[in-house]
Amino acid sequence: MSTTLAKGLLGIEELSKPDIESILLRAKDFQHVQHQPIKKMDLLRGKMIVNLFFESSTRTRTSFEIAAKRLGADTISITASGSSVSKGESLVDTLNTLGAMHPDAIVMRHASSGAPHFLARYLPTPIINAGDGTHEHPTQALLDARTILDLRPGLEGLRVAIIGDIAHSRVARSNVHLLSKFNANVVLCGPATLLPKELANIAPNVELTNDMNSAIKDADVIMMLRVQLERQHEVMFPANEYFKFYGLRLEHVERAKPNVIVMHPGPINRGRELSSEVADSQQSAILNQVENGVAVRMAVLERVLN
Amino acid sequence: MRLVIKGGRVIDPANGIDDSMDVAIEDGLIKEVAANIDATGSEVMDAGGMIVAPGFIDMHVHLRDPGFEYSETIETGGKAAAAGGFTSICCMPNTKPVNDNPTVTSYIIERARKLSPVHVYPIGAITKGSEGEELASIGAMKQAGIVAISDDGRPVMNSRVMRRAMELAASWNIPVIDHCEDLNLSAGGDMHEGCVSVKRGLRGIPGASEDVMVARDILLAELTGARYHVAHISTANAVAMVAFAKSRGLKVSSEATPHHFVLADTDTAPYDSNYKMKPPLRASRDVEAITAGLVSGAVEVIATDHAPHAGSEKMQEFERCPFGILGLETAIGISLEQLVHTNRISLRKLVELFTTGPAKVLGIDKGCLTVGRMADITVFDTSHRWVYDVHKTLSKSKNSPFDQRQFQGGPVATIVAGRIVWRRP
Repeated sequence: MSTTLAKGLLGIEELSKPDIESILLRAKDFQHVQHQPIKKMDLLRGKMIVNLFFESSTRTRTSFEIAAKRLGADTISITASGSSVSKGESLVDTLNTLGAMHPDAIVMRHASSGAPHFLARYLPTPIINAGDGTHEHPTQALLDARTILDLRPGLEGLRVAIIGDIAHSRVARSNVHLLSKFNANVVLCGPATLLPKELANIAPNVELTNDMNSAIKDADVIMMLRVQLERQHEVMFPANEYFKFYGLRLEHVERAKPNVIVMHPGPINRGRELSSEVADSQQSAILNQVENGVAVRMAVLERVLN
Repeated sequence: MRLVIKGGRVIDPANGIDDSMDVAIEDGLIKEVAANIDATGSEVMDAGGMIVAPGFIDMHVHLRDPGFEYSETIETGGKAAAAGGFTSICCMPNTKPVNDNPTVTSYIIERARKLSPVHVYPIGAITKGSEGEELASIGAMKQAGIVAISDDGRPVMNSRVMRRAMELAASWNIPVIDHCEDLNLSAGGDMHEGCVSVKRGLRGIPGASEDVMVARDILLAELTGARYHVAHISTANAVAMVAFAKSRGLKVSSEATPHHFVLADTDTAPYDSNYKMKPPLRASRDVEAITAGLVSGAVEVIATDHAPHAGSEKMQEFERCPFGILGLETAIGISLEQLVHTNRISLRKLVELFTTGPAKVLGIDKGCLTVGRMADITVFDTSHRWVYDVHKTLSKSKNSPFDQRQFQGGPVATIVAGRIVWRRP
């Protein structure tokens, strides 16, 4: 049993390969639960989990909530707009207040990179990072890995192209760390202004390109990212030509390996990052990702809380 | 009232002295510097094994007074300065109200006279409210006692305004100090732009944001003939440009902070605001270039940029935390550790960086042990092992990345106008 995970899950970067493997393996057990008539288990009966979302989210928050409920835990979901945060309470005070009610874990999403890391230094309650700013989104990378592993025997040696607004993507960072630990080859692709060259050095086996065709060539997996306009504070790429150069269309998919897996963390913008034909194609694993979200988050919650 | 400091190694670069000597002080003035001074009837301070130097000057301090007294006051900042071995400090004008007129200047000088154990020299704003548009009352502030002008923290982006400010400053014979940061290039940044910022998902402040302003200012200094001083220099390019300007005979100088010559971005604890300041901690090659600049003379001043912030302001999401860290009490310890114990510079050179260096940049009558001058003296040692405990700081704030760091050598006693204002506990 990992002692790292008992303190929570802040990011993939500091997670060991065995820890990741154990979560992915356990998630496989929980995949079956999703198809049983009675989906509720009692593995976390009597535990209280607080979902604290300082940033809007539908799929991640719902997914964590369902995961906790299926494990038998009690959950409370709080969104920033409906809480004392909107009355000017500081992050530390909000968390101290919640901590005093003794939840067993806090699932937290925040628009500031490092916000959960900052709190973890002061709060004894385990914190699970459900996305911090442009830093990490660890459970997304785990569910992406689970999705790939459902369709491939292993991650090693796979060519994974991650395409889009890499600079502002916590999904990209977490996936780079995870895939790199498993010796996959990661190609990061996007407009020069959204692809900082330092990304090539954040983990081994990472290459960068601004050319979508070369990124996709012979790819086993294509991960498309949303253009995060809400995190861009300036015009970083002419909007009217984004799809022309970085939108995924069927003709691109043909350049990849024959049974390439197309993924997207959602929410998807049809016609901006990818065409409808691709989103609805045989290769698309976008709904598998959503489904695996619950199983993977069950595995994470179980590891952190038990 | 007579005090004799006996048995120390007196290092007084201004007078070419580096020898085992005694220093006699009478009525607040240096009376005699010589071997074996007769101390009969005098108070005696034993300085055996210690360095006796002219009072150290920190030309870059934020006292937060008036306006932000919950973070620091002229009194607490003055006490922290004394505990750091400084006898004179300059305070930056970004108070509330901004020190952009003689009333605020006089307020600071009067408060300091009453409450600060060390001398306080105000620095006036370049523009009204440091808003970068309309020139502040530079002449009137000069008459009231400012020693330089700067819009520290809110650099003048308009080159024409900067040009006019330099022309006026030259006519008043005071230097223009610039916090060099192109605000468009640095906008939204929280730490140095590099591999670490990209990995942490934090917006970066590129080194180029400093470089382009240093380049502009040097060109304007040439155009206007002004004395121009680069505050808290942080990049290898900036150090090279300052050296180039000097080689061309321009009146250009620069200062480095201890944190910029001891820490790189890779040394920062993730999302710990005690490592958040402007300019940010740069790449290790920049740290090396600043150190080399201190050795070569491109950088002639060590200044702390002591920037206290109340705990509540630093206990937030990283991107919301204000910029700045404490510096007064750790400056000598870090400088010894990084520059002297590593044999990069001599002790005499270290003393110059804290005394004659800033005194010359500011044009103030300080930084020497000349007989007849006011007796401002810093006594320090190079061997005593101690641990910095920020919870015991005399500053009102506690934002330091050097808490619990061990040092070898530091301030022992601080003497201002002949009076011992601080002694190592």
